Amino acid sequence: MIKDQEFLKSKASYCLDLAKKMGATDASVTVGHSISETVNFRNKSLDASDRSDGLALSIETFLGKRRSSISSSNLLDENIKTLIEKCFETTKITPEDEFNSLPDKNLLAKQISNLNLYDETRFENDKKIKYLKDLEESASSDNQIINTESSFTENKSNFVLANSEGFCDGYKTSSFTASCVTVAKDENSMERDYEFSSKRHLSDIKQAIDLGNKAANETIRKLSPNKIGSEKISIIFDKRISKGMLSAFASAISASAISRGTSFLKDKIDQQVFANSINVIDKPDIIKGMGSQNFDSEGVNSNTLQLIENGILKNYLVDTYNGKKLNLKSNGRSSGTTNLYFENGNISYEDLMKKNSRCLYITETIGHGSNLVTGDYSVGATGFLVENGEFKYPVNEITIAGNFKDMFKNIILANDLEFEYSVNSPTMMIEGMTVAGK
Amino acid sequence: MSQFFNKSDLSRQDVDKIVSDTLKNCDDGELYLEESKSESILLDDNKIKNSNYSSDLGFGFRAISDEVVAYSYSNEISKDSLKSSSENLKSTLKSIKGTYNHQIPKTNKKLYEDINPIEQKTLKSKLEILNKVNDFLRKKDGSVKQVTASFAGEQKSIEIIRSGGEVITDVRPLIRFNVSVMLEKNGRKETGVYGIGGRQSYDDYLKNDNWKNVCEEALRIASVNLESKPAPAGEMKVVLGPGWPAILIHEAIGHGLEGDFNRKKTSAFHNLMGQKVASEGVTIVDDGTIDNRRGSLTIDDEGTPTEKTVLIEKGILKGFMQDRHNARLMNTKSTGSGRRENYRHIVLPRMRNTMMLSGNQTQDEMIKSVDKGIFAVSFGGGQVDITSGKFVFNCTEAYEINNGKIGSPIKGATLIGDGPSILREVSMVGNDMMMDPGIGTCGKAGQGVPVGVAQPSILIDKMTVGGTKL
Repeated sequence: MIKDQEFLKSKASYCLDLAKKMGATDASVTVGHSISETVNFRNKSLDASDRSDGLALSIETFLGKRRSSISSSNLLDENIKTLIEKCFETTKITPEDEFNSLPDKNLLAKQISNLNLYDETRFENDKKIKYLKDLEESASSDNQIINTESSFTENKSNFVLANSEGFCDGYKTSSFTASCVTVAKDENSMERDYEFSSKRHLSDIKQAIDLGNKAANETIRKLSPNKIGSEKISIIFDKRISKGMLSAFASAISASAISRGTSFLKDKIDQQVFANSINVIDKPDIIKGMGSQNFDSEGVNSNTLQLIENGILKNYLVDTYNGKKLNLKSNGRSSGTTNLYFENGNISYEDLMKKNSRCLYITETIGHGSNLVTGDYSVGATGFLVENGEFKYPVNEITIAGNFKDMFKNIILANDLEFEYSVNSPTMMIEGMTVAGK
Repeated sequence: MSQFFNKSDLSRQDVDKIVSDTLKNCDDGELYLEESKSESILLDDNKIKNSNYSSDLGFGFRAISDEVVAYSYSNEISKDSLKSSSENLKSTLKSIKGTYNHQIPKTNKKLYEDINPIEQKTLKSKLEILNKVNDFLRKKDGSVKQVTASFAGEQKSIEIIRSGGEVITDVRPLIRFNVSVMLEKNGRKETGVYGIGGRQSYDDYLKNDNWKNVCEEALRIASVNLESKPAPAGEMKVVLGPGWPAILIHEAIGHGLEGDFNRKKTSAFHNLMGQKVASEGVTIVDDGTIDNRRGSLTIDDEGTPTEKTVLIEKGILKGFMQDRHNARLMNTKSTGSGRRENYRHIVLPRMRNTMMLSGNQTQDEMIKSVDKGIFAVSFGGGQVDITSGKFVFNCTEAYEINNGKIGSPIKGATLIGDGPSILREVSMVGNDMMMDPGIGTCGKAGQGVPVGVAQPSILIDKMTVGGTKL
């Protein structure tokens, strides 16, 4: 059983009281409990089962402007006492930092609204097994599929955040995740692809048969790929890749990257950084949203933020510490973005595909080729060559490269946005990038 | 493990009984206990930004029958918690019967000392070094705009309790010291990163003011990048420097030779055993037995002593890396490659220190033989698609080669290649094998484990460079 709020709150206040008693001027504590159960299938039979039950505690103590932190999974009172002593001893010899403090009291979340992030349904392992059987049956129906691996994970979590300004709150969340990876083979090649579905509520998970079919189809169509020549070509990013542009953008506008000067978007507030048709929103209060939250990891209330308005950068993602450095108020983003998305563009997916007579459609990228200091981007890619709106043949062993500063200004978005994940984007086209191949 | 038994209602007899009872009808399995203490201290933006200490204690209980692995972990240390894990494992495996394999090899060797590096150096002296790093770099070069320096230290104690009461233990120290510097000149910004580490005390790595060398190397890389031009795009010859660039070996062929992917036949290498996969000059081993290295282990996380596993010998594919589970199903022996990030994760076959051995050519000869290509000296991360065999890695320091001479530095670019065929393109192998500085972490199935790599300079005849200049 997942620990209740009462248990977590009693541990949190035990920690706060102890820290205060030792002489800490301020303190903040997070206590969490999480239980996960996963069943894995391979080639239509049970492969593994995995159950995890984890407690976690993290404490931050302040002595004026000095600060340090500890974390542990051992919640026995005796252990907590030893750790807080150690933490406070460390705090005493850590140098002062004028920007260290708890969040401003008036920014803390006052009301917790019910965002419906917890589904108490228990999906027994026998039911997971039934789901995965159906999934793998459909995933392996084509004889080109030579291996299927799938899994179903059920997670229930609860947490409490408390600080010495009197904040003490938390809530339960749940997630259910089904995924399938398939391998297909023909005389020329062996390829792998996947599909997954992750939701707060069990009833929103994709049907097993649809998920299996999708994974298999995505894999089979990659068989017998070609390598193309090196050239400048328009690139269409499938939705599962285009959302990655948003993640890179979010990292570049974190107050920490801005205050340290290590972002290509430093000092760009109120300037044009995307094409003027582009709007980017971060919305924390989507009902059942995968990224939804009532407050950030410091307890600060988070509201909807328009990050990009008509291509212009309007806000950074601000936490307390870096906010003080930049002379900005925290906007409740110490844990990063919540539900981040591009608003729809005004062209259909079909018209985007036909926009150029020849383009490259990317379905997967590999490597860590984003440099957020310079904006340089270079990654390995897999996809398809598209001619006159039609998929012609699969392409692999190529790289795509450019610089975010130019790429962002050349983005064209389709109008096919869906809210599947915590970061969501419509299908995207970027003109003028370089492909390296033969 | 004292923490485990002293502060809970569990006695050793209780634990032995529960373990033996749970595993009696299984092929393999164990109770894995782990206690870790770790610290991280970070200087950033002229200040000590973070000083964190963490302690973790938990168990992972595993039972295997036939192809099915049942796993349950918890950090609540009590009889109830262990019993509920036991019930969970039994219910998963209720219909499958196995025969427990009691055999596990032994070792008397120790590849590192039972030290706790965190306690061996005072916090005060660590803070002092971080501040010295900051002052040193900012004084040395006026274009330094940002300095980040960090210490990370850990002591992990593990205990493996097998059915029948056999107990195997290991205590593993690990440290890392890292410096990152950002320069700004004429409106351009570039970073350079360098680090060192391994399984000894901080002072073993930092003696004789060695932190200065780390700073200078980070600064050198950043300065080179300030002058970099756009990288070329397309297929060309690539010379790799010795040491850390061996992450090419790690990505291109290392992952593809891990036992699980080959048992499942999802690796591009699964049907190539005994075949020629590389030029004759290429020999690659995965060695877990080098003293004090980041990727070394006295025993793996199943209790098997590590070994030096030959993967490719003179171009011929000779071996895979195995944990007990995959070895049993493939009718072979564990190579001591069973590893996990911590008690929260299942064991998988993983790399340790993956090394290409020296040949007899020189780096000079390689450069001179190239009309048009690149010379890559330092790298960021890499990644591989096991099934298609395609892999990438990112240059963080590279130069163009024109008519046998090293030219201008080029901007960071991704290099992409095909695992099973890339080693056939290796036409020269240098005599200058070098280990990496002890900073690698390998990710697989969401688990990060410390690893090492090594190689001499090599010349690859054809590889795709992912720059922007056509």
